[in-house]
Amino acid sequence: MRKNRRYRFVTAFILLITGVCFFFALNIGIGSVKISLSDIAGAFSGAEMEETAGRILWDIRLPRASAVLILGGALALSGYLLQAFFHNPIAGPFVLGISSGAKMVVALVMVFLLGRGIRITSAFMILAAFTGAMISMGFVLLVSYRVTSMSMLVVSGVMIGYICSAVTELLVTFADDAQIVNLHNWSRGSFSGMTWENVKTMAAVIAITYIAAFLLSKPLSAYGLGEAYAQNMGVNIKLLRVCLVILSSILSACIVAFAGPVSFVGIATPHLMKKLFKTIEPIIMIPACFLGGSAFCLFCDLLARTLLAPTELSISTITAIFGAPVVLWAMVKHKKERAL
Amino acid sequence: MGYGKAQKGEGVVREYYFKTGQMSVGYGKEPLIKEIEIRLDKGEILTLIGPNGAGKSTVLKSIAGQLKLLGGAVYLDKKEVAGMTGRELSKEMAVVFTEKMKTELMTCEDVAATGRYPYTGHFGILSKADYAIVEEAMELVHVKEIKDQDFTKISDGQRQRVMLARAICQEPEIIILDEPTSYLDVKYKLEFLSLLQKLKREKGLTVIMSLHELELAERISDRILCIKGEYVERFGRPEDIFLPGYIRSLFDIRTGSFDEMNTAMELEPVKGRGEVFVIAGGGTGRGVYRRLQRQGIPFTAGILFKNDLDYPVAQALAADMTAAEGFEPVPEKLLEEAKQKMDGCQRVICCKHVFGSYEKANEELLSYARASGKDVEMTAEAVTQ
Repeated sequence: MRKNRRYRFVTAFILLITGVCFFFALNIGIGSVKISLSDIAGAFSGAEMEETAGRILWDIRLPRASAVLILGGALALSGYLLQAFFHNPIAGPFVLGISSGAKMVVALVMVFLLGRGIRITSAFMILAAFTGAMISMGFVLLVSYRVTSMSMLVVSGVMIGYICSAVTELLVTFADDAQIVNLHNWSRGSFSGMTWENVKTMAAVIAITYIAAFLLSKPLSAYGLGEAYAQNMGVNIKLLRVCLVILSSILSACIVAFAGPVSFVGIATPHLMKKLFKTIEPIIMIPACFLGGSAFCLFCDLLARTLLAPTELSISTITAIFGAPVVLWAMVKHKKERAL
Repeated sequence: MGYGKAQKGEGVVREYYFKTGQMSVGYGKEPLIKEIEIRLDKGEILTLIGPNGAGKSTVLKSIAGQLKLLGGAVYLDKKEVAGMTGRELSKEMAVVFTEKMKTELMTCEDVAATGRYPYTGHFGILSKADYAIVEEAMELVHVKEIKDQDFTKISDGQRQRVMLARAICQEPEIIILDEPTSYLDVKYKLEFLSLLQKLKREKGLTVIMSLHELELAERISDRILCIKGEYVERFGRPEDIFLPGYIRSLFDIRTGSFDEMNTAMELEPVKGRGEVFVIAGGGTGRGVYRRLQRQGIPFTAGILFKNDLDYPVAQALAADMTAAEGFEPVPEKLLEEAKQKMDGCQRVICCKHVFGSYEKANEELLSYARASGKDVEMTAEAVTQ
């Protein structure tokens, strides 16, 4: 049994890494200007490239694909942490209104500062988004102490999301024309316009959060068994819960700050990974969710860019098409297991 | 609150392995049960009994450190539990609660292995030695055959044993169990409690648990704690707890009855004057008494010795009866009394065919019934005797 398992883990990780590499390559190669695989390989080994193609590769596609890789992983990981926190299989940053809360504060900051002609740094954007995420999270936590049913929790999360979205819409309406376009594009969720500066900032923040989450995998596995048992196993439940809230909020905030709210990746990926690895051990699930989220987002962003090219679809349109059925399936399956 | 003094009265000053001092427990601020004093030696089994909702689980959770004490302290091996770190305590104390463990995609072995948690490193990876301990524990509770099965897809009895294996993996000195036998059938109940006894004997494990089955509590416990209302009503050996009438008062039994001597219960007797006279003895009558109770027919029991197996059942169910001192010949006066009682009944059921030399009175009752033209029914048991 243990051997079978190890075999499954290794195979699944190889599969995921291959998937990430495959979609990453496609994302760089495919677009209005095609760049062949040999050209890319050449570019990395320092060979001369045609001016425009080189520009597109280095300044547009590579930073974008890298951002999708990092943010996709972060999204899935934040979904996983939230599901673990609430013992709720349909929790995620989007359904719980955390993304919307982050979006609201970012929009507020954008309208306020851009209106005064102040440039906003990536780090400041993350901070604003984190504030918003924590506000939403606060409300969700308040509700979660009062309702025990998992569907009620999600419903209240969706409601909080609606309130935040309504406030954001209101802000957009009062903003100047020039910003509206900017804001509107971003608020629907998009990976476009990523710079290397953005990528560096997000990589740093998410790497630290990822390591912190990974270090929590042992108490997290005990916590998954139920709080009464976790406590008997010597887990400091309060501390763990605080860590989970902060980590998942940082991850959600980072995504919203750079790409706007992206739906369903956070909920769907952990389910797919559970199915693939046939385990819920955090030590496996944390890297698995990250890789799975990366592959899933790279795939979805590719479709978003190319399906109706040159028009770009919002990323949430694509992630919803593929992610929502997974969530539905997970809910039905969960109900069935409860009934047993 | 007499038990605290009684123990001091023994005049023995010594250190107990497990001790609570003026422990008050409850949810929120208002204590549910106050001033709980428990003293246990290593390797003793303590059972909590008391009515539903009395707070047995609350006491267990408080001892396990899941609920903050509202007063007093719990001591384990002279150390105060509140001052121990989670890891320290988890190596000393294991728990099996009524709450189901959430175990998605986990095999029974995985579940048992979670007991090794306090002993593994930062990433919780089990060593070969850890797996050997898990295997040994699973062998001990006879669940090794199902180690690769999904934990959610096994029977309640198996699940409870896997949970016990998990607790054993934790290598505790003391184990807390909340109603561990509630969902088990009689075979598993006996097996589970025998296992606890084995662990107590072989590993010196101290056990604190709650049980609903009083007959099992009486048999397995070294000490029993009775909770009623705001205080612990009694704490002591089972033989000092199961005294006539005590269980009735502890549980406030109003319908039916509980016989503390045999830890057996009977339903509510049928009210009214006896319609049927039952001649029995030596345990032959119990079935008939209960049948008449089910049929709603009040009955009068014949002469029974006070040490007869039928006696407690007749006492609980019969409308009237004639009781004779055990190991003594039945006085003539009692026989006359019984005859008079039989006169009031239309039917007679006799459960005996052969009468012993001290049962001559009952034999005479049978002749009297026949002579006075009663409708006499001999039970099948009596005929084949």
